[in-house]
Amino acid sequence: MFGYSMAEIGNIMVMQGFAGLSMFSVLLLMALGLAIIFGQMGVINMAHGEFMTIGAYTTVMLSKLAVAYGFVNYYFIFAIIVAFVLAFAIGYLVEFTLIRHLYKRPLDTLLATWGLSLVMQQIFRSSFGAKEVSAELPEWLLGSFQPTPDIDIPINGVFVMGLAAVVTFGVFLFMFRSQWGLRVRATVQNRVMAGAVGINTKKVDRVTFALGCGIAGVAGAAFTTIASTGPTTGTLYIVDSFMVVVFGGAASLFGTIASAFGIAQAQSILQFFMTSSMGKVATLLTIVGILMMRPEGLFASKVRK
Amino acid sequence: MFEIQDLNVSYGQSQVIHGLSFKAERNETLAIMGRNGMGKTTLFKSLMGILPSKAAKATVDGVDLNGNESHERVAKGLAYVPQGRMIFPTMTVQENIMTGMEKSKTREIPEDIYALFPVLFEMRNRKGGNLSGGQQQQLAIARALVTNPKVLLLDEPTEGIQPSIIKDIAKVLNEIRKMREITIIVSEQVLSFTMEIADRIIVIDKGKFIHENKREEVDAAKIKSYLSV
Repeated sequence: MFGYSMAEIGNIMVMQGFAGLSMFSVLLLMALGLAIIFGQMGVINMAHGEFMTIGAYTTVMLSKLAVAYGFVNYYFIFAIIVAFVLAFAIGYLVEFTLIRHLYKRPLDTLLATWGLSLVMQQIFRSSFGAKEVSAELPEWLLGSFQPTPDIDIPINGVFVMGLAAVVTFGVFLFMFRSQWGLRVRATVQNRVMAGAVGINTKKVDRVTFALGCGIAGVAGAAFTTIASTGPTTGTLYIVDSFMVVVFGGAASLFGTIASAFGIAQAQSILQFFMTSSMGKVATLLTIVGILMMRPEGLFASKVRK
Repeated sequence: MFEIQDLNVSYGQSQVIHGLSFKAERNETLAIMGRNGMGKTTLFKSLMGILPSKAAKATVDGVDLNGNESHERVAKGLAYVPQGRMIFPTMTVQENIMTGMEKSKTREIPEDIYALFPVLFEMRNRKGGNLSGGQQQQLAIARALVTNPKVLLLDEPTEGIQPSIIKDIAKVLNEIRKMREITIIVSEQVLSFTMEIADRIIVIDKGKFIHENKREEVDAAKIKSYLSV
């Protein structure tokens, strides 16, 4: 098949599968934030990718500081937290100044956030330059290990996966075990009624939006370990992330995980055997087909409406 | 206890509620009756701050409600069971009840709630959306009760519910009043139901109160004539 022996195909599957897993992790982190903002609040945030870029640039800047002051081995964990806090704070501000005035006008939100995305990209370009920059990675993130002589598993990929797992678990706890999650889910299902049982829905909106942005910031920090950062980095991921959320079923976290996995794996493995764009086309066609049969996504919950 | 003076509500240019005033005492059940489209739901929504309204005075226990948002009104002692129940369909029964516990110190659902609605305890891990209409109605009442209200507003609690369950709901409302001594205001079209629970009956027509009477003195035929189309 394709001129490879069976053993080679096996190795390729494992390595491409693993590359797919790293992509899955970044995609999942992006999509989690979006699933919270789009799936839960119905806001189409075109600037979501830029919040990821904020996280990425934060990490890059901190890495420069770390190199200058010689704490390269420790800064990364710290960078993840700063990326989250910064993206959270900016998200909070954006919700307060822009988004909250547009909840009843979904199309206007789309335009406004798209504009915001352009503005933010230009800010990145003006302040950090158009050239792509990379973070100085700590040593423990570099290199790879080889379970067999023909298979290379990069350590940064493993790290990103671990991070995605931790964040996903955190989001799950937040949404389904905490008082805040209860407020968020109630507000999502029926905003008016949530207010009428005593929930401050405006505050919930602000925190939810900021949280989604914060997670995008973490995605950005994770992203720096597998690629370099430029002003338009976020934009490249936004379409895929939306696809993940829609395909998984907007209101379902499990759906988001499953669909991020499916899409990342399909693209990664198909791209090896076909050209990159053909791989995308094949994935997209499959998604369109499945969405025609299940318009609410893979995992819509079944209840009486 | 609960006092409203000169309440006006409009949808754009068309005024729906015309200068309503009423007072309800502690431990009193007040029924507001009227046909469809006479402004019952609009009245309740404006009382909850869901619709914008103007009132000369709106107070619970002397505390002013004017200009407050829904959640602030809940904090001041209003609770609302809307028409159509409006429970949160994809959340479990337990979670539905807990949404009402914003101001509560514990995260435990009080025992008296499950004592009042044993069926909710049985169903506590089911999704709210999978309950029957009557069970959802009980859930909506439970969710309102855990806010520890001073005034409980129920908008057509019998709508779309079978007669035997309607009797149960009447029984529960009477029990709630006995237990908590709160003010209950209920909008209704079913006279037999209101006769079981209300101390006072007011008839609303085209956004104005046109008739008011104590339950003992009610002329059933007269009220029925107001309610018939």
